Amino acid sequence: MIERVCVVGAGVIGSLFAGHLGRVAEVSVLCRREDHARALNEHGLRVSGKADFVSPVSAATLPAELEAPDLVVVATKAGGLEAAAASLQGHWPDAAVMTVLNGLGAEEVVRRHGEWPLVSAVTFISGTKHSDTHVEYILDTETWIGPYRDAPYALAQEAGELIARSGLAVEVLPDLRPAQWSKLIFNATVNGVAALTGLPHDFHFAEEDEPEDLGRLVHALVDEGKTVARAAEIELHDDPWEMNVLATRRGSAHFPSMLEDVEAGRPTEAELINGALVREARDRGVDVPLQEALYALVRGREGGYS
Amino acid sequence: MRICVVGCGAVGSLFAANLAQLEDVEVWAYDLAREHVDAINANGLRLSGAGDVLGQVRATSDAGELPLCDFGIVATKAMHTSGAVEATAHAFAGGCVASVQNGIGNEEAIAQHVERVIRGTTFPAGRVLEPGHVQWDVKGDTTFGPFEFRPAPPEEVERLADACTRAGMPAAAVPDARGPQWRKVIFNAATNPLGALTRLTHGRVCERPDLRALVTGLVDEGKAVAAAQRIELDDDPERLIDHAARKDVAYDHKASMLQDVEARRPTEVDYLNGGIVRFGREHGVPTPLNEAVWALVRGLEASWTR
Repeated sequence: MIERVCVVGAGVIGSLFAGHLGRVAEVSVLCRREDHARALNEHGLRVSGKADFVSPVSAATLPAELEAPDLVVVATKAGGLEAAAASLQGHWPDAAVMTVLNGLGAEEVVRRHGEWPLVSAVTFISGTKHSDTHVEYILDTETWIGPYRDAPYALAQEAGELIARSGLAVEVLPDLRPAQWSKLIFNATVNGVAALTGLPHDFHFAEEDEPEDLGRLVHALVDEGKTVARAAEIELHDDPWEMNVLATRRGSAHFPSMLEDVEAGRPTEAELINGALVREARDRGVDVPLQEALYALVRGREGGYS
Repeated sequence: MRICVVGCGAVGSLFAANLAQLEDVEVWAYDLAREHVDAINANGLRLSGAGDVLGQVRATSDAGELPLCDFGIVATKAMHTSGAVEATAHAFAGGCVASVQNGIGNEEAIAQHVERVIRGTTFPAGRVLEPGHVQWDVKGDTTFGPFEFRPAPPEEVERLADACTRAGMPAAAVPDARGPQWRKVIFNAATNPLGALTRLTHGRVCERPDLRALVTGLVDEGKAVAAAQRIELDDDPERLIDHAARKDVAYDHKASMLQDVEARRPTEVDYLNGGIVRFGREHGVPTPLNEAVWALVRGLEASWTR
């Protein structure tokens, strides 16, 4: 039985998970900043938007200060993952760890720091943080969950049931890789193109009439990604091009995190997303010139911050 | 001899002010920037930097004021070619009109309005400092040749090149001017959009191995399109790219497209990468990387109205 959950990383995704889970479990939050932890202990975590409630949470900057959880939800940004995983080392040997990050490879980073059974997750929810203790829930899309490597399916099911009871949409899958790859290809393409053009994920991404229409590039980038998935013998859970077209029809256009990072002059998650896809391609001898170009341009854009 | 510069921005001003030094040449300038025109008429057209020149030029924003001219030198941004030449065509009823613009397709646009057209490519560069005053950044050569479909007579091409050379703007008349033009277009199409998308200067684009590889990918597509048209490049664009990347040449230069992006002005991408894509299609040469950067820069332009 999962009774205690610790969420590691209190950005948008971490806050949405912590807030929701606080309704069905005892939730703690492991943050980076002392003042963030203090504010959470004092005010709890408010979720607005698609939901509206406040969850009490206990928060700290060190695992030793928190009660041992049954489930750890790691929801840092790619750039904060290594430090977060290292801080968990030696703690909570009986817990399971679920990673909710973009890209590929987060589970392996966590594995280097402990033997916890691992659950993989990819999420499509999103929102906006208005303060350390208030997150607006904007996109109430699904989270996909599956056991990592030899972890039991029942563990993923248990985590999935808890998260579903907390009010988030969940699909539990016996093998998450097809879903992870669908999202990887989708994110590498859509986030990269958004970061470079400054466009939110709007109708431009699905336009394919003229040679210079952005949708043609998006489609070609997705096709390259699918070639890599085939070479990796992954049967995709969803077609990333269809995911793209659907997302552009959702009404208000989503601002992908990589676009927000670039506009704020912050490091992006390109390494774990675009870098991961390109490296998978290179390892398998698959040519992906457009994904390579996108990756080089996003990295160059980060190099061009003034 | 009477010469009218159509579009008296930085490059147009270099031609106008220098040609006005010649006793046998009367120089007119047609430009829509009223303050610039008034300043030129009041105080002359001044260049500083690579050369200090003051030229007596008759400037106007009213095409109806233009007398019959022997030559036109079109130096507008590529997207303004057709409008500017349509407005001034009556002045060239007996003369020849040369393009010294960036990109592919300007001569075709000029030929829709005048009979005798000269294909030109020029390497000098500058920027407008204030009305009537232009900074001359880089000296360079110009090449003129008859435009194949509506050619100016070779002796007229010679006469224009000779006047420019005598005026301190070294120019060569050649039978086939496509080689230098494609070399410059390939150079610009392979480097300008990368600067615009990453915000990096020319030198900083070239020192990143992944972006430098993308530059070469773009150059190779351009070379293949040129070869399919039996155009012999007068030199390898790669040499020009590496030369310009030197600290003592143009390492810190912001490509004009980057300047456009920073000022949120429409770019010339349709005439650079768009031109390579269009001619590639006509000759059955695939140009996926040029299509990609064309779409990305178009997306960037579209984001300004988001």
